[in-house]
Amino acid sequence: MTTETMNTHEADTGRRRVLVAATSALGAVGVGFVAVPFISSLNPSAKARAAGAPVEADVSKLEPGALMRVKWRGQPIWVVNRTEKMLEALPSNDPKLVDPNSEVPHQPEYCKNPTRSIKPQYFVAIGICTHLGCSPTYRPEFAPDDLGKDWKGGWFCPCHGSKFDLAGRVLKGVPAPTNLWVPKHMYRNETTILVGEDEGAA
Amino acid sequence: MSTDTAQPAPGGLLGWFDKRFPVISVWNEHLAEYYAPKNMGFWSFFGSLALVVLVLQIVTGIWLAMSYKPSATEAFASVEYIMRDVNWGWLIRYMHSTGASFFFILVYLHMFRGLMWGSYKKPRELLWIIGVIIYLAMMATAFFGYLLPWGQMSYWGAQVIVNLFSAVPGIGEDLSVWVRGDYVISDATLNRFFALHFLIPFILAALVFLHIVALHRVGSTNPDGIEIKEKKDDKGIPLDGIPFHPYYTVKDTVGVVVFAAIFAAVMFYAPDFGGLFLEPPNFQPADPLKTPAHIAPVWYFTPYYAMLRAVPPIAASQFPGVVVMFAAILIMFFLPWLDRSPVRSIRYKGNLSRGFLAAFVVSFVVLAYLGTQPASDLYTLLAQIFTVVYFSFFLLMPIYTKLEKTKPVPERVTT
Repeated sequence: MTTETMNTHEADTGRRRVLVAATSALGAVGVGFVAVPFISSLNPSAKARAAGAPVEADVSKLEPGALMRVKWRGQPIWVVNRTEKMLEALPSNDPKLVDPNSEVPHQPEYCKNPTRSIKPQYFVAIGICTHLGCSPTYRPEFAPDDLGKDWKGGWFCPCHGSKFDLAGRVLKGVPAPTNLWVPKHMYRNETTILVGEDEGAA
Repeated sequence: MSTDTAQPAPGGLLGWFDKRFPVISVWNEHLAEYYAPKNMGFWSFFGSLALVVLVLQIVTGIWLAMSYKPSATEAFASVEYIMRDVNWGWLIRYMHSTGASFFFILVYLHMFRGLMWGSYKKPRELLWIIGVIIYLAMMATAFFGYLLPWGQMSYWGAQVIVNLFSAVPGIGEDLSVWVRGDYVISDATLNRFFALHFLIPFILAALVFLHIVALHRVGSTNPDGIEIKEKKDDKGIPLDGIPFHPYYTVKDTVGVVVFAAIFAAVMFYAPDFGGLFLEPPNFQPADPLKTPAHIAPVWYFTPYYAMLRAVPPIAASQFPGVVVMFAAILIMFFLPWLDRSPVRSIRYKGNLSRGFLAAFVVSFVVLAYLGTQPASDLYTLLAQIFTVVYFSFFLLMPIYTKLEKTKPVPERVTT
């Protein structure tokens, strides 16, 4: 009897194909949904995101010409108290720079100015080279022996030789492609800078 | 494999097993009756040696994992604990760190042997491709493993490499955060790298199994690059073939003994190998706020690192350098189809092929050296020149292998 049934009913291959396709498609959707928690769990945890909260930098005791570091999101943040001499020298670097007018948006809109800062005196930047993430060395002196007589202060990256001026702008002919990042920041009062928060100021 | 129907089925314990698992036929197919060319010689040592080192790495690695702590606060100290307090911990760790470098030395020699003999050519394309995948898996394992000691070079090396992902246009920043599990290399990164460093060697072992299965399907080649299967005696055994066991098992054992002596000499007397196998900055704990004066990856990655640095940024993007670096490895997948020569072995290829192979080896060594050095104008220029040489070996291969006059290939293997 079974053989008879098998013989009389031709397999409906079209129907089988539809069923196989529908099952596969639904299976693929299921796999896609299940993949979400696995992929997402590799992103920063709630704890890591909380550690990315804003930090304060008290610049009241920062000497002219000195640099201080605070840690935000595990990255070094530099705050430099630039002297008048340093600020005056900045425009003279322009011809040697890749992006003197900060066209690449590596700074909040309110820092897209010649000094790349809110107040010209204080420069805030993420202390990580835009080449491959090393932390450049602060070289505030003018015309040192190793960096040449045209050097008007800035940063030199020991990893691959990238150079930045005192507004974190990258010099031509070095591996780093862009200016240093300026994080969003704001002034709590005259001498307290909050890094990582700007209350939507733009 | 040959059907010995005359042989009676064995009794006893072996017989019991053979009825339930193909012990005898597997033994015969892959060892006692696997016929390898009798002229394989010196260059055939390195594949089996690499397998020995893989086993060594897995065993020492599991032992290290029993004392190591994959945590940013404890990792560095736990490695010191292994070195000072764990019984024989120093020896097991040095076996593992020396083994990592030797694994790459052996695999580079094994790959060079493949280039000389034309081992990638038809019908061994898939065998070669599995080999390149093994090489990629090895590099991934080595990269993840290098972060684990949580020294300065571990930390900043990983920082540089993970930042390569952020050079991908558009999704780069999010991608690198996803890879790290944080905004910087952190405890989360270390923990996941440890998991992956533990996992991938087992995938590697599975890939090696597939590599051998593919090899035994097509048969081993030899310095003459001719097929021994084409000339068989009346029993169907290749005239120039000898059974892998006992002939090559004994030969490879000699290789293991000599290799073990060299390995032990390095491990006992120069485990850091002048800063090449274990880099000096890695004897300081990782410090996210202080970059070492000079960052270089371990020597086996430096050729690609030199290429990465050699490419200038285009349109304010690091991406082209990253593409070139990965292309340098991925181009190996296409090698079987780039070589248009009618002969396999370098012995019978023309002078162009010999010249390009020599130039390729020189470029690889020079780039490896440049990658360990700080970038200067001269070195960057040299790196650019040798990157071009490296790629021209592959990209010009369809032309020069077609152009040159090859020598006649012998009927039977020579000695």
